[in-house]
Amino acid sequence: MSILVVAEHDNAAIKGATLNTIAAAQKIGGDVAVLVAGQGCAAAGQAAAKVPGVSKVLVADNAAYAHQLAENISLLVAELGKDYQHVLAPATTNGKNFMPRVAALLDVAQISEITDVVSGDTFKRPIYAGNVIATVQSTDPIKVITVRATGFDPVPAEGGNAAVESVGSVQDAGISSFVKEELAKSDRPELTAARIVISGGRGMQNGDNFKLLYAVADKLGAAVGASRAAVDAGYAPNDMQVGQTGKIVAPELYVAVGISGAIQHLAGMKDSKVIVAINKDADAPIFQVADYGLVADLFEAVPEFEKLV
Amino acid sequence: MKILVAVKRVVDYNVKVRPKSDGTGVDLNNVKMAINPFCEIAVEEAVRLKEKGVATEIVVVSVGDKGCQEQIRTALALGADRGVLVETDAELQPLAIAKLLKGVVEKEQPGLVILGKQSIDGDNNQTGQMLAALTGYAQGTFASEVVVDGDKLNVTREVDGGLQTLTLKLPAIVTTDLRLNEPRYASLPNIMKAKKKPLDTLTPADLGVDPAPRVKTLKVEPPAERQAGIKVKTVAELVEKLKNEAKVI
Repeated sequence: MSILVVAEHDNAAIKGATLNTIAAAQKIGGDVAVLVAGQGCAAAGQAAAKVPGVSKVLVADNAAYAHQLAENISLLVAELGKDYQHVLAPATTNGKNFMPRVAALLDVAQISEITDVVSGDTFKRPIYAGNVIATVQSTDPIKVITVRATGFDPVPAEGGNAAVESVGSVQDAGISSFVKEELAKSDRPELTAARIVISGGRGMQNGDNFKLLYAVADKLGAAVGASRAAVDAGYAPNDMQVGQTGKIVAPELYVAVGISGAIQHLAGMKDSKVIVAINKDADAPIFQVADYGLVADLFEAVPEFEKLV
Repeated sequence: MKILVAVKRVVDYNVKVRPKSDGTGVDLNNVKMAINPFCEIAVEEAVRLKEKGVATEIVVVSVGDKGCQEQIRTALALGADRGVLVETDAELQPLAIAKLLKGVVEKEQPGLVILGKQSIDGDNNQTGQMLAALTGYAQGTFASEVVVDGDKLNVTREVDGGLQTLTLKLPAIVTTDLRLNEPRYASLPNIMKAKKKPLDTLTPADLGVDPAPRVKTLKVEPPAERQAGIKVKTVAELVEKLKNEAKVI
């Protein structure tokens, strides 16, 4: 079998979720090729070539692919994907954007956000906000799949030496163009890649109080997240949201502060290795999934926690 | 400009579903059904565009069994002008739904199609993108702001790490994210009026589409349960456990 993995990258380097996706490809088994499509993305192509177990890297370097416009990328991936049995991409907002388009162009189904590989055509994926796990089997000749990064341990980033080929094909649909991007700038690690995540909920009472969490995060090298309730209340921006409709995280340590533990939120963090809950309501559902629960007023507990860690 | 909005009938978001004990599917007996929350946002956005004078007509479409009429009526009560039901009892997957919607797009020729980014049952997040591919239209997925500018659409999208703004050529496909708007409640007079609005029915055969599923569900099961841990009494005890027992800090 041969598998094409579409890398998530920023032209300079490949993003972590690509390594989890390659791990999923290796679990399917077969020859793994990686596509790096972008503009000025040679460095990302070189980085992909260093991943052990990758047999070749295809680099499509053109202005048409500069901002990962789904209309253009999907045409390229569908064209290249015809020669493979599986086409995989990380289930990031980018992967979710262009991959269904690829599947439709190839007239095959997409299997979204797999969390496990049972065999070459059978996969597990969560449905109903993670309340149900479905085992599904594809009957299509090409399996187009997005991979939930937290389901697979990443492969190492270094140690391989794959051949790099350049792809000449230029696919420009000419129907969409990039205007601007406003990305949150932060010195803290990315939420989905952080080893420790500390998140605040409605119990934080306002956005200003999130500075208590930032103080802990800076001491532990952690990322800061928020529940949907906190985001909806305007305490934190949307890109900090952890949950079914936000980011899915599975860090070594997840600290939930003032979060009641709605299903929606649990779906985004319950695969974390160790969960800590700090909440003054002893009956909050978050305590049912927490390894360590502390029933306390967060405004006293969090500053003390910061001092002691 | 005519806007086509697709809505899906799903289990109400307040219902906690469970797999059947034999693992063949999800137990949907007597559960409350509702319009998918992201689809409701799509209807609201179309209604706002009509209120601004950008849209002239809103057609709401659903694909599924007779029960979907209920969700189409809900959308009509929120301000859509007429409904189309593509009626079938077949198991529907995103690719088939996208093909059926393409058939409706060809009949209706809308200037803009708005869908929810995903349904809260299958969590697939595919249909809008697939419809865009099949029609050859541009797509603005996970939209948090939509501005029509002549024959172009400026759409702001929620992406990992922030926001991205694109310009799309119309006609185009938009899928909604949570923060695009806050849907209104239907008033009683509007619910009554909605009952008189036209609702046409088509079949997959009328649109020349074979909706056969491509993916078989072999089994459904509950997720692995997480065991509740222990309660600690003090912050000091918590830090001690994290350092010496869990060894994560």
